[in-house]
Parts: sequence; C-alpha cells; structure tokens
Amino acid sequence: MSEVSAQQNPNAILSDDGVPLKQKLARTTRTLKWRAFLLTLPLVLFLFISFVLPIGQMLLRSVHNPSASNVLPQFAEIIQDWDEQGLPDEAVFAAFVDDMQTAKKNREIGKTIGNLATRMNYEMPGTRSLFTSTGRKVNKIKAGPYKEALLKTNKKWDNPVIWRTLKRVSRDYTPAFYLAALDRKYDDDGNIVRADELYQIYVSNFGKTLGMSVVITFFCFILAFPVAYLLSTLPMRTSNLLMILVLLPFWTSLLVRTTAWIAILQTEGIINDILVYLGVVADDGRIQMIYNQTGTIISMVHILLPFMILPLYSVMKTISPSYMRAARSMGGTPFNAFRRIYFPQTLPGIAAGTLLVFILSIGFYITPALVGGEDGILISNLIAYHIQKSLNWSLGAALGAILLVVILVLYWLYNKLVGIEKLSFG
Amino acid sequence: MKNIFSNMKTHNLIFLAACVLVLLISRSVFATLAFAFLFGAPLFFMSELPAYASTGERIWQYTYLTLCTFIFVFLITPILVIVPLSFNVEPYFTFTDGMLSLDPDAFSTRWYKDIFYNGMAAPNATEGWWADMWNNAQWIRATRNSFFIALCSTFLATTLGTLAALGLSQPNMPYRNLITSLLISPMIVPLVIMATGMFFFYSDVGLAKTYLGVILAHTTLGVPFVIITVTATLTGFDRSLIRASQGMGANGWATFRKVIMPLILPGMISGALFAFITSLDEVVAVLFLADVEQRTIPRQMFSGIREQISPTILAVATILVMISIGLLTVVELLRRRSERLRGLAPA
Repeated sequence: MSEVSAQQNPNAILSDDGVPLKQKLARTTRTLKWRAFLLTLPLVLFLFISFVLPIGQMLLRSVHNPSASNVLPQFAEIIQDWDEQGLPDEAVFAAFVDDMQTAKKNREIGKTIGNLATRMNYEMPGTRSLFTSTGRKVNKIKAGPYKEALLKTNKKWDNPVIWRTLKRVSRDYTPAFYLAALDRKYDDDGNIVRADELYQIYVSNFGKTLGMSVVITFFCFILAFPVAYLLSTLPMRTSNLLMILVLLPFWTSLLVRTTAWIAILQTEGIINDILVYLGVVADDGRIQMIYNQTGTIISMVHILLPFMILPLYSVMKTISPSYMRAARSMGGTPFNAFRRIYFPQTLPGIAAGTLLVFILSIGFYITPALVGGEDGILISNLIAYHIQKSLNWSLGAALGAILLVVILVLYWLYNKLVGIEKLSFG
Repeated sequence: MKNIFSNMKTHNLIFLAACVLVLLISRSVFATLAFAFLFGAPLFFMSELPAYASTGERIWQYTYLTLCTFIFVFLITPILVIVPLSFNVEPYFTFTDGMLSLDPDAFSTRWYKDIFYNGMAAPNATEGWWADMWNNAQWIRATRNSFFIALCSTFLATTLGTLAALGLSQPNMPYRNLITSLLISPMIVPLVIMATGMFFFYSDVGLAKTYLGVILAHTTLGVPFVIITVTATLTGFDRSLIRASQGMGANGWATFRKVIMPLILPGMISGALFAFITSLDEVVAVLFLADVEQRTIPRQMFSGIREQISPTILAVATILVMISIGLLTVVELLRRRSERLRGLAPA
C-alpha cells in the first residue's frame, strides 16, 4: 500500500518505511492527540457522572415538576382541552374525583393528595386545606353527577380560578418556579405579575448577595494590595517568612476561622471586652458585630483575603523595580510614578484576584449560615433552606440555576481575562 | 542590620519613649506589649531609604508599614486567639480576668479531655477505657470518619488528577482549554449547588447516606487542586528529557517511573495534601449527603457551633490548626524542592 501511495506522488518525501512523511506525521500527531485525550478520559468520565450529570438533573428539576400529574393522571390529560370559560364539564370532574379516590386508596410515596396540595399551594397560597379536606371526603362520592357532588363537599370548588390553576399545574413542564425565583407569579387570569410584597424576597436577596460580594471583594482588594506589594518588594528571606502569615489562614479550616470570629466579635467577645476596658463603649452598650451583615462581611473578608493576595503577589513579583526608578528619575512624583507606571502593570493580578474572590463569595454558604443571623444570609442559604427545610425542591433548583448562570458567566470572563492556567496556590 | 540601626537611632528613641508613656498611662503590661508590637514591627521592616528621601517619604513609608502590620495582625489573630481560649477553665469563649493575670488556676485541659469523654459510656472506668473511647466517643468517631473519607478521596483524586494533568500538559492535547475549564469547575461552582445536585442524583442511585457517596463528592472537590499543582510542576518541564530517556532505550513505563515521576512528585504530593485538607475541612457535601453514621469533624463542629457552643470546639480547632501548620510546612518544603529541581530558583 505504501508503494501505491509513493507511485501516486513521486515527488513526496518518504520516511524510511516508504510512507510519505506528511502522512506519517499526521498519523503520529493523531496518535499523540488520542494518547493525551485518553489520559484525561478517566477523570472527564468521573466528573461527568459525579458532577455534571447531578447538576444537570437538578437543573431539569427546576422546570419539570410532575407532582400534579402523578396524582391526577387522567384529569391532567383531559383538563388541557378545557377552554377556561366558567367551570369545566362533567367528564373533567369525573376524572378528578376518580383520580383523587385512586390516590387516596394507593397512598404511594410522592403521589399522595398531600403532594398535590403542596404543589397547588405554591401557586395559589391558601388552597392546601381545600385539597386535604376534599381528600378526606372524596370517598363519600359514590356516583355522578360528580360536579354537583364535589361542590357539595366544599363550595370553594365553584371558583373557576382554582380550575384554571389546576390546569396550569397539571402540565409537567412549567416556568412557574423561575417566576417564583424572580418574585413573579401568575394572577387569576394567568398573566405574569409581580408577587405580593410579602413574598418578594428572592430578587432582593440576589441583589443583597451581589452587593455584599462587591463589598467583600472591595475590602479584600484594599487590604491585599499593600500586603502583596510589601511581600513582592521585600528580600526573599523576609517575604518567605511573612508569607506564612498569609498561607496559614489559607490552610486553616474554614470552620476554625469562623469559630474564631465568633469568639472575637460576639457581644461578650474580645473586641467588645477591649472597647469596654478602654471605656469607648459602656458595659451595657456592647456593639452587636456578629449574627448580622457586619459579621458575615468581616469573617468572609478574612477567609477570602489569601485568594486576593496570592494572585496579586505572583503578578507583582514579576514587575521589575527599575520601571519605578526610571519614572522617578524622569521627574515623576512618587504618586504619579505609582499611578501611571506601577499600577497598570498590576492589572492582570487585580483581575485574577477580584474575579476569584467575587466568584467564591457569591456562592458562600457555611460562614453566612453560622455568623449571618437573619439579614446576613446569602442566596446559597435560601437554596439550602428550600432543599432541606421547606422541601420546595423545584424552587431551590430554580434559584440554584440562576446562581449557576451568574457564576458561569464570571468563570467565562475569568477564563477570557486571566486564563484558567494562571490559577495557582502559594 | 547595622545600617538600619544607625539610620533609626532617633526613631528608636522616640519609639521607646512612646512605649514608656503608654505603660505609665495604661499601667498594663499587655497594652504596652501590644502597642510595642503594632508600632515597633514597622520600624523593624523599614528598609534603608536613600539619603535624599524627604521626611514626607519617611513618614509615608512608616505609615504604609504600620498599615501592613495591622493587616497581618488581622490575618493571623483569629487563628492565634483560639489557642489560649481552648485552655479556658470556664465554659466561655472569652478571656477571664484570671487568664489575663496568668493565674494557673484559670487554665485547664478539660476541653481536650472532653474530646475523648464526650459520648463515652464510662469515661472514668479503667477497664475497657480504650475500646469505649474508640467506639463511643463522638469526636473520635468523627475523626475516624474524617480520616477514612479524606484518605480514600485523596487517593482517588490524586490518581485521576495526575493522569489528567499529564494529558493536559501534552502539546498535542485537543480542546485543552475546554477540558481544563471543566476539570477546574468543581472549585468554582458553589458548593450548595453541587451538593444539591449530588443529593438528588445519589439518592436515586442509592449512594446517599453512604461512605462511598461522601468519598465521591470529596474526590470531585479535590480534583481541581491536584490538576493545578501537578500542571504547575509540568510547566517548564523539559520535554527533551523524555526524548533523551527514550533515545537511551527506556520504554514508556520506565520513562514515566524514572524521569517524569520524580519531577512531578512534589506537585503530586502537594496536590494530594490540598485534596486531603479540602476533604478534611468540607462540610456542605457532608451536610447534604451524609447520615449520622458518616459524621465528620467539620460536621460535628458545625452542629456544635449552631447548637451547644462549648470550648471543646476550640480545643478541636487548636488541634486542626496544628495539623494545618504541619501540612503547610510540608507543602512549602516541597515547593522549594520542586523549584530547585527544575532550576527555577537558586538553591
């Protein structure tokens, strides 16, 4: 075969086994490519199963919620043909009563009337008792007309809004949880409107999370810049020694540092004790510095500070001091030389540090949960609340999806501006 | 050194006078020591300024160094403060008057003993004490869980991560940027989102509330650290070494074992240590995925801080700080060794 190809193009340079060099090189390159890829394959597969797939499944949960059609399978199908005028007709009522009776008889986990009532209650607060009480009485209905019989168990079934909502809820795929996550809801006519003032908590919490992350990133930058500059200009021996003061917090357990801040900031804590001792505040006027936003910000700045210092330091280390000397010798004042010569060269480090700290602080959970009190909690804490306590999983997933999109945009930005390969520790 | 002193003589005199003044006013050794440290450390680090430096510049440099001192104090105080507090005889998180006057009665190791006693059936029994402690003490149980989970996940993360880093650093790697971004992303994606996804998925496949589930979650979290550290040792890796070894007749495995492995070993070990400490410190995945059976040290601390705050947590925290110091030392030594081996830094 090699002879054939050699005959086809007599001018081609051949390798020692007679194959054209170009072809051989392409083949070798392909082998090397595959070898490189195969080395990463086990980890890629592992992460796909343990990380990408679970997150994807969670995202699906934010739009896919079949708890209504699980309980009312026949009803869910035929209600979709209803024109939403007045009350649905007898066949729909018959399907509804039949499905309710089946659900009551089977009591399957995840397919009970209680599940349906919870799902309805998300979209129409206050309807839970209607469903549970009907669930108790539904077995008394032996024969039709089902519409009349159902209305007799509870007069509220006369309300067309309930049936319109039930029709919406019976669809398996719904944007309702994203609407809820953005403080929106359907009104009685099925239009999207703002939620009642009392329920408008998510948009403001997203805003608060972003705002607090900006504040935390800003303070980290203000504190990290002088320290990184000092470390990069000191002689190696001294700076290595001082670096320990930065790296030790970095290596210390998050919970240990949070505990330490509780000991320092609480009303009976060290700072308040010192202030009382110095007579700055009275013994009964101790300052509340923890279990609120202040506590969250102080401890998170401390926890994230090394993530700002290290990238800044690694960039500043590469800036030659002769630039500054040149600027000074040409008559620049110290401030001008710093502003126009030194500072612009640190921008890559600033981009890396601020983006990293901002990304990490948006998704923080542990510290706000422990020292945040009521108003210091971030969006992660609300997600965890819906997953673990209120069990409104779809809403938790929708909030998580929005957070994830924000993070991924920032991650993409980091990749563009800084480059993922620049990430390093110490 | 000599230069600094001759330069600073007048400043030192001013500084000493200030310290004496503080001692006279506050009548407290602690306050004076704190003052001496906060305002004396900058003097120590002040470099010799050129002779033409104006007084303004000197004042600015001193101010700047004072600022840096305060930032370093901010960084390190929280970690240092828990050590003496963990020896408090009272069940509080504050310094008592006795502790401040260094009264030996105000200190005790009772919270360290509590680490063992908490949960034991008969803490005062002599017979079977060790078995009782090993099986029943809550913190010991948590420690066993933590180390078991951390060791398993570190092993997995290091193996998978090193392989992948070797692939990523090949010059012919296709889609390098995309795959690197994917492999690093567990560090970027908020823990709550990851833990939520895993909670649902692992519940479906029966991995929730098992050791394996927690180990897999921690492996996922540890992988980015291994990738980053091993890739860092591979940048500037002289590829002609591989060719040289092949030219001398070594096969692929021998080349890896004798040439590549020794050079990336420091990176592998520090990556492994990062993965280990990440797992040892991780609590969100444990909160979502683990049962009482799999309680780890951070999980125990988390509920301790939330429910019944006692200085036992500070005693555990002090031990954890000691572990961190040990790991940090190892990583620093490795980093320097690796830089020396690769000729990046002077010996």
